[in-house]
Amino acid sequence: MKSPFLKSYAVVYLLFLFAPIVLLPLFAFNDSKIIAFPLTGFTTNWFQVMADDPNLFKALKNSLFIAITSAALATCLGLFAARASTRFVFPGKGPMMGLIMLPMVLPDIIIGMSLLIVVLAIGVPLSMMTIILGHVLMCVPFSVAILSSAFQSLDRSLEEAAYDLGETPASTFRLIILPLVMPGIISSFLISFTISLDEYIVASFLGGSETVLSVYIYGQFRFPARVPAIMALGTILVAVSVVLLTIAEYFRRRGIAKSGGKDTGGFL
Amino acid sequence: MAETAAANASGGTMGKTRFRDTEAASGLAMISPTAIYAILVLAAPLIAVIVYSFMTKGPNGVEPIFTLQNYITVWTGKIYRAIMMRSLSVSFMVTLATVVLAYPLAYFISFHVQPSKKSLWLFLVTIPFWTSYLIRVFLWKVILGYNGVINSGLLNLGIISEPLTIINYNVGALVVTLAHAYAPFAVLPIFVALEKIDRSFLEAGQDLGESRWATFLRVTLPLSMPGVIAAVLIVFIPTIGDYVTPDLIGGGKIPMIANMVEVQMLKQNNRALGSAIAVSAMLIVLVITVVFLMLNRRFLKGGAR
Repeated sequence: MKSPFLKSYAVVYLLFLFAPIVLLPLFAFNDSKIIAFPLTGFTTNWFQVMADDPNLFKALKNSLFIAITSAALATCLGLFAARASTRFVFPGKGPMMGLIMLPMVLPDIIIGMSLLIVVLAIGVPLSMMTIILGHVLMCVPFSVAILSSAFQSLDRSLEEAAYDLGETPASTFRLIILPLVMPGIISSFLISFTISLDEYIVASFLGGSETVLSVYIYGQFRFPARVPAIMALGTILVAVSVVLLTIAEYFRRRGIAKSGGKDTGGFL
Repeated sequence: MAETAAANASGGTMGKTRFRDTEAASGLAMISPTAIYAILVLAAPLIAVIVYSFMTKGPNGVEPIFTLQNYITVWTGKIYRAIMMRSLSVSFMVTLATVVLAYPLAYFISFHVQPSKKSLWLFLVTIPFWTSYLIRVFLWKVILGYNGVINSGLLNLGIISEPLTIINYNVGALVVTLAHAYAPFAVLPIFVALEKIDRSFLEAGQDLGESRWATFLRVTLPLSMPGVIAAVLIVFIPTIGDYVTPDLIGGGKIPMIANMVEVQMLKQNNRALGSAIAVSAMLIVLVITVVFLMLNRRFLKGGAR
């Protein structure tokens, strides 16, 4: 079943997918203010320009705080939902899981504006906390998807063996289940972290005066002179997310191998 | 666990219901933190949006006076209708392009890649999705722009003498950018559906003398339809509400629904009208989704005959 046509199609498709990411470092190191071909020369100047803006570091600090907090909370909430949906049968499971997974397909703008309406109506001031509220909501479905596959590949008899040997549900969870789904937890944390770091709409709606990284980047696009520096920043961001994803993928696969399951594919 | 097992063994129906009760109770207790969070932070705000959409615009947000005026404005206003139609047509084109282009790739990974290398291919497909969305969209603007990568490259090679304008900031550029952004969402569900197909069906088809193409049309394609449907919905629903791409690529000249919502909510401070636009958009998406699923159920029934 060899098909040279399909294979070349797949390669072209991957080229299309990777085109923007491949161009990014080219322009980050290109010695020109204009983003166009032909390239004029090599420079690392844009990284210097990027690093000279103190606003960037303020935004980055805010973003890291939001992303770490959101990822931790989303993974905790994801653990509860994934465990409940893979282990128990209970009334109202379908609608509840549907609601929890809904943000995966709901346009971000709807999440952002509906939260904004409620937050303003209650009179809560806009801050990093309100951004976290929204980001946790958006990360939970991804966390549930990853952790569900981790829980599904768990062998139920391991848990029953622990009960028979006198462990309580709590100690069984801590000693048996948690270590086995740990790789899933790590990959859920990293994926949620990446989503939160990248998210723009909710961050700009609910951030008030606090600037986060995505809002900073969006603002810079308005000034053509700042674009090369943003290319430099983008190169660093892409490199960091590829590293984080590779780590997440490593842990996800190790988790599946650990519990003796079969690898069925990617994150989604 | 041991107790419930004993109760199960000794008691008849009573033991069974008690077992189910405890299981239901544990399940509900387990899911409650996440469910309560989703109800408070998602369901309640969505209900608030619906309530707001029936209220009157006031000096500080909205006044609790019931009105249908917001919906009348949204459904009869020329601008609103034009923007809704544009959002719908862009979403349709993006969905069509994404799913049609993704199918051969998913087919290739499922049928022609060695099992050990499948997850590497899927990983490659998902990498671009996890890198900064803003920067990816901006790069498409750079690639397709008047002085962009394609134009400057072609000019330099002497293929064209003037920059092409048909690829610049128009609906076509929107479609290309969105099709790129949602590619993994289409590839993965189709791949999962293809993986589930029993390979012996295909061999049976070919043993019975059908060509490979006929087998594909009569066996593989119908059996992979659930994945295609999932892909269509998972691409169509979020693209219709995309904000960043129309704003960055179109430079504010080709707004879609999300941009209109943002203008009403933040710039005009008309939360009632903004809510009505959002609810209308969600209704349209819901109706299209339901119609599509129903058409499809019919198609699947016909296919299973």
